Amino acid sequence: MFEGYSLAELGSIFAMQGFAGLILFSVFVLMALGLAIIFGQMGVINMAHGEFMILGAYVTYLCSNFISTYAPALFPAYFFIAMALAFLASGALGMLVEWGMIRFLYRRPLDTLLATWGLSLILQQVFRSVFGAREVGVVLPDWLMGSVAVTDTIEVPINGLFVMGLTMAITIVIYAVMFRSRWGQGVRAVMQNRVMAGAVGINTEKVDRYTFGLGCGIAGVAGSAFTMVGSTGPTSGQLYIVDTFLVVVFGGAQSLVGTIASAFTISQAQSTMEFFLSGSTAKVLTLLTVVVILMLRPQGLFVLKVRR
Amino acid sequence: MSSDKINADKLTGGAHSPLRRKLLLGMAALPAIGLLPRGALAQALPTDAVNTTKLAVTDSTVKVGILHSTTGTMAISETGSVQAEKLAIAQINEMGGVLGRKIEVIQEDGASDWPTFAEKARKLLVEDKVAAVFGCWTSASRKAVLPVFEQYNGMLYYPTFYEGLEQSKNVIYTGQEATQQILAGLDWVTKEKGAKSFFLIGSDYIWPRTSNKIARKHIEMHGQKVVGEEYFPLGHTQFNSVINKIKLTKPDVIYASVVGGSNVAFYKQLKAAGIDLNKQTLMTISVTEDEMLGIGGENIAGAYACMKYFQSLKNPNNEKFVAAFKKMWGGESVIGDVTQAGYLGPWLWKLTAEKAKSFDIDKIAAASAGIEFTGAPEGYVRVHENHHLWSKTRVGRARTDGQFDVVFETADLIEPNPFPKGYQ
Repeated sequence: MFEGYSLAELGSIFAMQGFAGLILFSVFVLMALGLAIIFGQMGVINMAHGEFMILGAYVTYLCSNFISTYAPALFPAYFFIAMALAFLASGALGMLVEWGMIRFLYRRPLDTLLATWGLSLILQQVFRSVFGAREVGVVLPDWLMGSVAVTDTIEVPINGLFVMGLTMAITIVIYAVMFRSRWGQGVRAVMQNRVMAGAVGINTEKVDRYTFGLGCGIAGVAGSAFTMVGSTGPTSGQLYIVDTFLVVVFGGAQSLVGTIASAFTISQAQSTMEFFLSGSTAKVLTLLTVVVILMLRPQGLFVLKVRR
Repeated sequence: MSSDKINADKLTGGAHSPLRRKLLLGMAALPAIGLLPRGALAQALPTDAVNTTKLAVTDSTVKVGILHSTTGTMAISETGSVQAEKLAIAQINEMGGVLGRKIEVIQEDGASDWPTFAEKARKLLVEDKVAAVFGCWTSASRKAVLPVFEQYNGMLYYPTFYEGLEQSKNVIYTGQEATQQILAGLDWVTKEKGAKSFFLIGSDYIWPRTSNKIARKHIEMHGQKVVGEEYFPLGHTQFNSVINKIKLTKPDVIYASVVGGSNVAFYKQLKAAGIDLNKQTLMTISVTEDEMLGIGGENIAGAYACMKYFQSLKNPNNEKFVAAFKKMWGGESVIGDVTQAGYLGPWLWKLTAEKAKSFDIDKIAAASAGIEFTGAPEGYVRVHENHHLWSKTRVGRARTDGQFDVVFETADLIEPNPFPKGYQ
């Protein structure tokens, strides 16, 4: 497929392809981080993760409509407001769900699968009733559209760069919160041994609620960011859920580093293969590879070493 | 007809026992004997003359079914068809109904699930004994209900443009089959843009694959070249790699049949990657005004869409239709190709029943060929013997406001050809 192209042309295509891989990587990390906290750290199989993302997307949609009507001057910066609101909305709903449903199921992790799947169906229908069955279009400020020309032939999409930056920022914040703060220490303690953590005076119920809320809040931010690259409709959350679980499980459910490593591996494999093979074949090969590796290494790429 | 009425029909429809229904039908038939004639036409056409096969027809009413997904992923697309069909039925009722009988609607939800479609179709035909069903959207749902319609001898009016390769006595296809939609568009883009190379990209299921097969044959027959053909799983959201491939192969035309949520991702990423659709020709057969809502006009402006109907079409029928649609469903609503095709269904059925002077399925099926509908928003249409419609094909150019400028229409109606020779 490369005959008839100059070296420079090929070089720039490969550079752009590299960026495509990095952008996919950022997207994967962003959608998996929230789930890595909820599934990896808390052991809750949250099938409604995608719906929490879409809640964030709808908040962004409402925000863009509201600001373009009432405060058009703020429009260029509305995306940041929208992301903050998306975090709050999804986080609040997450805490509510934890309080009303999840906390009764910590000892029955498989039941969370069914319960949260039911929740996802309920949320989808709520979105459909409130916003209509059709997809909504989220208008982006001009500065987020188009691409940056690095050289004459290399162009990089701006919204891709934005997602990369956002992912990096959120990852750093999560790392700081989980591994460098007292609260994060409490979270990790509760996850490792709930009874013992309670015995040393940690309010485990409160920790659970905020952790679940944090995970859902990040899902909301991810959903908000994905309005730039994807669709916003009642069932759009379903588009992400499989990939999200794939990344988290492949990385080793309990390791945040594992999630990032697995997102990197899967995204690079998929984006490279998509370029050289056809789209569907690439997906099949990616999934096959993951299945084979998980057969050889069921615990995922990275394992947290804990004495059980 | 108000939506409350329709809902009430739906709620009570399932609760009646078949026996009670038979009794009710019998009671309703009593006036026909001559006690109290209702309306001149019903008297002229007594129920046992227009309905010899025990359909749900009384002296004053006739029951029909609407079978679309109002929940699940397909609700996005099917909502418009439901709205158009209800509008057509309301208008027909205002004019006095069909053969002097008001249409009553029983609506069922296929729930985006193909076995559910088959089950609900059976319910409509066996329990409700509806005289016609307007419904289905995806080919998968149509394939699921087809055996049911053939077994219980029902009549289905199917609104979606589809891949062809099908023909049934029990189905009237009011959308275009693939060759009708594709060939004229390819010829136009070749002539207008001097296109020599094409990049075909679609979602990975039967319709895009069959359509692209036809497109590829046509392209290669004319000495042009297909430089790439790619399919992505439904729901795929990352197109950056294939966009790079498009940049590498520099096709004259990107020919797109991506559907659903993927559509939005594809056009947003195309735009973000710096591909300007005012310079790079893109022709799509899957983006209607409905999809534009989600994609956002600014992301797809400049692209060409090839189908038979656009909301912006200028003719008196369409202006009336658009106004009535907005009055019934709100000024914000948009009307895509399939929505318009959905609107044709009840009208074609009414015209056929009046020609056949009967609601009997066999007579409707036989009388369908040659039925002309001059009030169609897309302009004049006629039913072919193969139960598809003769229709014009048009090319529209996407605008930022979510509408299309019609830039081309075929001079004549195009003959439907669901089994095209040399294209399979």
